[in-house]
Amino acid sequence: MKFSYYPGCTLKTKAKQLDIYARTSAEVFGITMEEIPNWQCCGGVYPMAKDEIATKLPSVRALSAAKEKGNDLITVCSACHNVLKRVNCDMQTEDDLRFKVNNYLKLDVPYSGETKVIHYLEMLRDVVGFDNIKAKVVNPLTGRKIAAYYGCLLLRPSKSMQFDNPENPTIIENFISAIGATPVIFPYRNECCGGYITMENKPLAQKKCDVIMKSASENGAQALITACPLCMYNLSENSTENILPVYYFTELLAEALGIK
Amino acid sequence: MHTSEKEMAERIKTISGVNTRKCMKCGKCSGTCPSFHEMDIHPHEFIAMVEKGQIEKLLKSTSIWMCLSCFACVERCPRGVEPAKIIEAVRLSVIRQQGANHLAPTKIPELLDENLPQQAIVSAFRKYSK
Repeated sequence: MKFSYYPGCTLKTKAKQLDIYARTSAEVFGITMEEIPNWQCCGGVYPMAKDEIATKLPSVRALSAAKEKGNDLITVCSACHNVLKRVNCDMQTEDDLRFKVNNYLKLDVPYSGETKVIHYLEMLRDVVGFDNIKAKVVNPLTGRKIAAYYGCLLLRPSKSMQFDNPENPTIIENFISAIGATPVIFPYRNECCGGYITMENKPLAQKKCDVIMKSASENGAQALITACPLCMYNLSENSTENILPVYYFTELLAEALGIK
Repeated sequence: MHTSEKEMAERIKTISGVNTRKCMKCGKCSGTCPSFHEMDIHPHEFIAMVEKGQIEKLLKSTSIWMCLSCFACVERCPRGVEPAKIIEAVRLSVIRQQGANHLAPTKIPELLDENLPQQAIVSAFRKYSK
C-alpha cells in the first residue's frame, strides 16, 4: 500500500530520527511513504484568521498533490498534521476560502478537500492494526515503562482532528503495549509543553515542562515518547528537574521491529 | 483615518469568525489556559471586552504574546466560542500594522541553540510577525 507523504521542515533537519524510522518501519508492514515532490513548509501553526489565504496555500498544494496521485496523505509531525488536517477541513466547509484558493492556484482540477489526511499513528492503528504490529515485533521492549506524551496538536480541536478521545486518549498507550513495553498513564500527558513560547518566554516553557516531567516521573515512567519535534525540544531542553529521556515514537517502533 | 473601537471590534469578529454573544461567562477557557498566570487579561475577558467594544486595552495586552495555541480553550468551551481565535484576531490586528512586528529576524541568531527545531522558528514567525 502506498501513501503520499508530507514530512515537513523539521523532519529533514533536527528530527531526522522521526522521519527515517517512520519510513523504514512502514516498509516492514508493506507500506510505502512516497514523499510529495517540492512540498512547502506548512508554517508550523494553523492559521486561524478567516481572512487569510496565503498562509493556507502550502497545505492545499500538498493536499492537492496527494489527490492527483490518488493517495491518502500521511503525516508524522504533530504540527504538520494539525495544520494540514484543519486546512483540509476548511477547504471542505468554507465556500469563500475554497473559491479564493482555487481562483489563485488555478489547479488542473479544483481542490475541495477530497484528500484523506492520516497521521502515522492512525495508520498503525487503522491500516496495519496493533495486533499485526505485535506479530512483527522481534525485540519486545519488555519491562520498559514508557509514558505517552500526546501534547496538544494531535488531539485538539477534536472536532477537526478526530484522532482520539481528546481528554482520555488511548492510541499511544496501545502502541506502547504493542511493542512490548508497559504504558504509564500520567495526568499531564495532554497538557501543553509551551510550544513556540520558548522563543518569547523561555521560563514559561521551563515551567510547563517541569510540571509534565514531574507528573510522568511520579507515575513511574522511565521515558517519554512524542510525535512532535517541538515537544521533543521543550521536554528535553527546557525541563530543569526530574529529567527523563524523551524519544520519538518511531525510534522505539524501529527498535522493537529490530531495524534500528 | 481614525477607526472607532466599535469598528475595530467588528473587524476582530470578522477576522476570527467568533460569535462573542454565545459566551455564557463560565470562565472555563481561563480555568484551563496554561498561560493564565502570565496573562494581564484572560481568555474569558477577551470575549467580554470584544463584545463590549473595549479594544484599545486588548491591543496593549501582553496576553496576545502569551497564548500558546494549545487549543485547550477551544476544546473545552461548552458553548463552542473558540476564544483562541479571538486572541489570534487581536494579535493580528496589532502585528498587521506597519512596523508592528513583535519578532524581528535580526533577533533570531541569539535565540538559536544546537537543538532548536526549525518548527519553533517558523511557528514563532507566524505568531509574532507578518
